This record gives sequence, structure tokens and C-alpha cells, in this order.
Amino acid sequence: MSDNNYTPPSKIGKWFNDRLPLLTLANHLTDYPTPKNLNYWWTFGGILTFCLITQIVTGLVLAMHYIADTKLAFASVEHIMRDVNYGWLIRYVHANGASMFFLAVYIHIFRSLFYGSYKSPREIIWILGIIIYLLMMAAAFMGYVLPWGQMSYWGATVITNLFSAIPLIGEGITTWLWGGYSVDNPTLTRFYALHYLIPFLILGLVVLHIWALHVPGNNNPVGIEIKKPSNDTVPFHPYIVIKDAFALLLFLIIFAFFVFYTPNILGHADNYIEANPLVTPAHIVPEWYLLPFYAILRSVPDKLMGVVAMFSAILILVALPWLDTSKVRSAIFRPLYKQFYWILVIDVLILGYVGAMPAEGLYLLVARVATAYYFIHFLIILPVLGLTEKTNPIPLSISEPVLAGTAMATRSTGEDKIESKLKSLG
Amino acid sequence: MKKLTAILLLSILLFQNYALSEDTEKLLKTDWSFKGLFGKYDRAALQRGYQVYTEVCAACHSMQYLSYRNLAEPGGPEFSQEEAKVIAAGFEVLDGPNSDGEMFMRPAKLSDKFVMPYDNVEAAKAANGGAYPPDMSVLAKARKGGADYIYSLLLGYDDPPADIILDDGVYYNKFMYGNKIKMPVPLSDDLVEYNDGTEATEEQMAKDVTSFLMWSAEPHLETRHKTGFRVIIYLIILTILVYLTMKKIWSRVETKV
Repeated sequence: MSDNNYTPPSKIGKWFNDRLPLLTLANHLTDYPTPKNLNYWWTFGGILTFCLITQIVTGLVLAMHYIADTKLAFASVEHIMRDVNYGWLIRYVHANGASMFFLAVYIHIFRSLFYGSYKSPREIIWILGIIIYLLMMAAAFMGYVLPWGQMSYWGATVITNLFSAIPLIGEGITTWLWGGYSVDNPTLTRFYALHYLIPFLILGLVVLHIWALHVPGNNNPVGIEIKKPSNDTVPFHPYIVIKDAFALLLFLIIFAFFVFYTPNILGHADNYIEANPLVTPAHIVPEWYLLPFYAILRSVPDKLMGVVAMFSAILILVALPWLDTSKVRSAIFRPLYKQFYWILVIDVLILGYVGAMPAEGLYLLVARVATAYYFIHFLIILPVLGLTEKTNPIPLSISEPVLAGTAMATRSTGEDKIESKLKSLG
Repeated sequence: MKKLTAILLLSILLFQNYALSEDTEKLLKTDWSFKGLFGKYDRAALQRGYQVYTEVCAACHSMQYLSYRNLAEPGGPEFSQEEAKVIAAGFEVLDGPNSDGEMFMRPAKLSDKFVMPYDNVEAAKAANGGAYPPDMSVLAKARKGGADYIYSLLLGYDDPPADIILDDGVYYNKFMYGNKIKMPVPLSDDLVEYNDGTEATEEQMAKDVTSFLMWSAEPHLETRHKTGFRVIIYLIILTILVYLTMKKIWSRVETKV
């Protein structure tokens, strides 16, 4: 890339840029060569950045009015909803924003799974993404505790109690997390502090995520390495910027519909009841985006093993670039992987569904089968598939069409054209 | 791949609707004026609802997050300032200490919160056979089924089936979780006398007071619906403009967007 050679046109720009090369950075971001065949599944990176900023900005305003005290938290949220100017809007954007954030991140992750974006040389981007995802879950969980409703309190109790499953030190860790012997005021205040901190950690990791992306450049639907810049790429601005903006606006329409017309449909009614340590809700259910992992947790009869299974389900993703042995990235050219990919999608949706149901009878059985399949997919199917699958022929570049038959893979289309012309001439 | 989006969106909605759904009685339906994209509260219903609340429910149920001024605010029952002041003045609140260090009682003002029927939760429990009559400020959002549930519950009292034996002070209600409720039948025909001449049937009172509770839970619902409509129209227009711009820009390369 020609970044280092950039010279600002103005004198003052050059003076500044020699001391702090922000203009070089801006130039790099503007010209950044991007594959021209990126489809709309690639717009979710931009959408996610927007979601993060939205959460930070709305969260900042909420923090000005919220009081982290078990006696006042619930009332302060009601104060925001009733008396703060447009407080209802800010809170509904923040609460639904979390759901939208997860919706986008799941699409982003499953896009990566489909097109093999996690494979060499993009492993670090992928691992950074997993860490961001883990932090997002921590932030969302702690944020859900802050309104101090019934689900806040009991969700916090259930999740923090998971750590007590660790042998020997588990009880001690739980007490340490709580800052006492049950979920109480010290728990609320520290969750508030951490809930404020984590988004900035995420922001830092997002910078690294994008930095790591800009080293090899974007993967693309065809999944082949391309020369950058070349005929196959377009500059990030204006091409990708305008496309991302269009996709973001479509996303915002859905977002706005939730905020203005069904702001509570993704939440749980019980969280409008103030926390009461003496009354346990009939069902304790996490937010929808955590349900698949909740299902995995409950599908294992032993508490410790359940916790191990739940965390493994996420951590296994870190090893994904090495578990998937196939050299071909995109599922477009992997007929078998494509099938298994969709089975995995359905498997995760089933896990989410049973996660919302009571862990008994048929639901429990389904949860166990789906959990087993989840691990089988990553630990057995992917490594074996990569070694045995017969993949379809891959094009040499984005601009050129797929060549028929692998034998011709080394020939350029130009040669083919000449040949066919010669043939037609007889 | 469009099916992925469809699956995801659909499943989120499914989870929420079917999560925790049990084989309970189907809720009674009525035509709420506040449902739908342009839903608004019916002022007269809210005013009647307030009357039912204050004459019936308020004997046991508090509404601690509401102030008397809310009764006169736009988007609510919209009593006039004068009417709201008169309503407030009908209640006594504890204030102080005064310059002598004494606490004293005075008539409530618009800025005061709704006066609670009991001093604290324990007192409320003691007076109601051990059951706490829940605070009603956000009740319509705190129950699955929302307004429909509350409306159904108010009308859901019935004689218990033969196999259910009820203790003293426990009543049978078709819609209550577990079917047992400690609240006695709250409404009966002509229990209140409406100022506007509306006939005070059980259904009418249930509908009015539920509307009032929906407003108290979502006092900014009307602004939300109105703003939402404008926001979405704005977004749609902007999306079309950006789409056209995108098409124009991408026409320079042969790849389709």
C-alpha cells in the first residue's frame, strides 16, 4: 500500500502530518482497497460500529440520571422514563440497542463462518472478534442487572452462582464477585462501574480488530486472495461508505420500529417489578441473545460440567481457524460444508428456543442433542470435512468467471478466449 | 441468504411469544385505543379510570412513581391544572420539619407523589392477609399480557371448580397465575358513579381503569408513537436517497450493488 508516501497538499497539513500522521491514516482509510464483490453481509461491521457508538452515547446520558443503589436504582430508572426529557427514548434506544447489537454481531459471526473469513491470514481478526463478543456478553449481562428489577436480581444471582461450581475456590470467588454473601448493593455498584468500563475496552479492541483487518484486507464472497489495489478492488470511499450507509439505514428502520412501537417485546415483564430477594420469579430466563448458551449450561446434569460446557462452547471458537482444515474459504465452493453450515445455524436456533423453555422432558432431551451436535460440528465434522470434501473449482480472480474444471485452473481466461476463437475459425 | 435474516427475526419474536407460555386461559380481548401505530389514549377513559383507581384500587394499591401534576400533563388524562390542584388538595401529606423542628400534615400539591394507602410494605401485608397489593405505577408493563392481562384478571373471578378448595380470604380467578388470588372481587356494577354519565358496568370500569394503568406505565406512549412515525418516514426517505446515490456511484464500476 502506498500509505507511507502520502503527502498532504497543504503546507500546514504537511507540517502537522510530519509530527502526527493522522492525515496519512485518513488517507489510508479513504483509499483502503476493498474487494468490489462484497455483498450486504459485509455491511454489518459498519453497523456494529454504529451500535457500539450508540450504546456509549445513550449510556452516557443514562449514567447522568441513573443511581446505582439498591434502594434507588429502580426508582431512578422510572425517573428517567417519566421525568427526564426524552428519557424514555434514550432508555429504549439503549435497551433495544443491546438486542440490535447482538442481532448484528450474530449475523457478522455467521457471515464469517459461511465465507471462511476466520482462516489464515485472518486468525487474529477472528480471535479479537471472539474477545469482543465475550466482553459484549459481560457488558450486556451487567447492564441488565442495573435497573434492579426481578430478572436483574435473579439473573445476577444465577449467573454469579455459576462460579461457585469451581472446586475449592468457587465459593470464595462468588463471595468476592458479590462483595458480600449475596447479590446486594456492593454487587450493583461494581456491576455499574464495570458496565461503564467494558464498552471502552470493546472500543479499543474494535480499533485493533480493524487494524488487523487492514493488514491482509477484507475477505470476500469468493474467498480468494486478490491483488490490492487492482481491478478487483474499489477504494473504501465512496464505494463502501455509501453502501454501508444504505445498509445501516435499512437496519435503523428495523431498530426504530422496535424502539417506537414494541420497545418492551425483547425484554421480560418481570423486570418491571422491583427486585425482591424473598420472591423468586416462576422462570428465570436470560435475554434472548444468551439463550443458546443458557441451554448448553442446563443440558449438562452436573453443575461444574455445565459451566465448563457453556464456556467451552464460546472458547472453542478461538480454535476454529485450526479446527477447520479446509484450504478453501468460501462455502460457495464447499458443497458439503454449506449443508453443515445451515445445520449449525438451525442447531443454534434450536438451542436458543429450548433455552427459553423449562429444562425438563422433551425440551431437555432436545437441548442435549443440540448441545452434542454443536460440539460435534466443531470438533469432528469440520476437521474431517476439510480433509475429505471435494470442493468446486475456484476462480482465479473476482473479475474473471469460474473456470470449468480444475485442470484449467492454471490457465487464464485470455488463453481460453484465443483458443475458442481459433476453434470457431476452424 | 435472505432466509437467514428472516429466520433470525422470526425466531426472536417466536422466543419472546412462546417463552414461558403455558396452558393458561386465553386472555379476554377488548379494543384498546392505544394499540397500533397511531394509538392514543382516550382522555375520557383515563379520567374515568383515575376515578375508579382513586375510589376503588387506591384503598390498597399505591402508585408511588406518579405525581398529581402528571394528571394534568399532555398525553395523559389531561385534567386541567385547576382540577389537578383540587384533586391533590384532597390528600394529606406529611411534611417538615418546620422551624420548630416539628413534622406536620398539609394538603398535597401538584408536585407531590400520589399518597400511599399504607406507610410501608409490611403494613400493606399486615392489612391484606399477608399478600402485598403490588404498586400500580408500572403494573401494566410488569405482567405478561400487559393491559389484556389486567383487564382479564379484573373480570376473571369465578366460582372455583369442585376439586379446588380455597382458604378463607383466597379467591378463584381464571387468569391469575395458579388461579388463587387474595384480592377480593374488586368491581361490581355501579360501584362508582361516573361524572360523565357513562354507565358503570363491570366491563366499562375494568376497561377504564386498565387504560389508566397503561398510561401510568407508559406516560409518553403518545409522543413515542408520533415521534416514531416521523422518524421512520424520515429514515425511509433518506434510505431511498442514499440508495439512488449508491446506484449512481457504483455505476462507475461494472459490479452490481
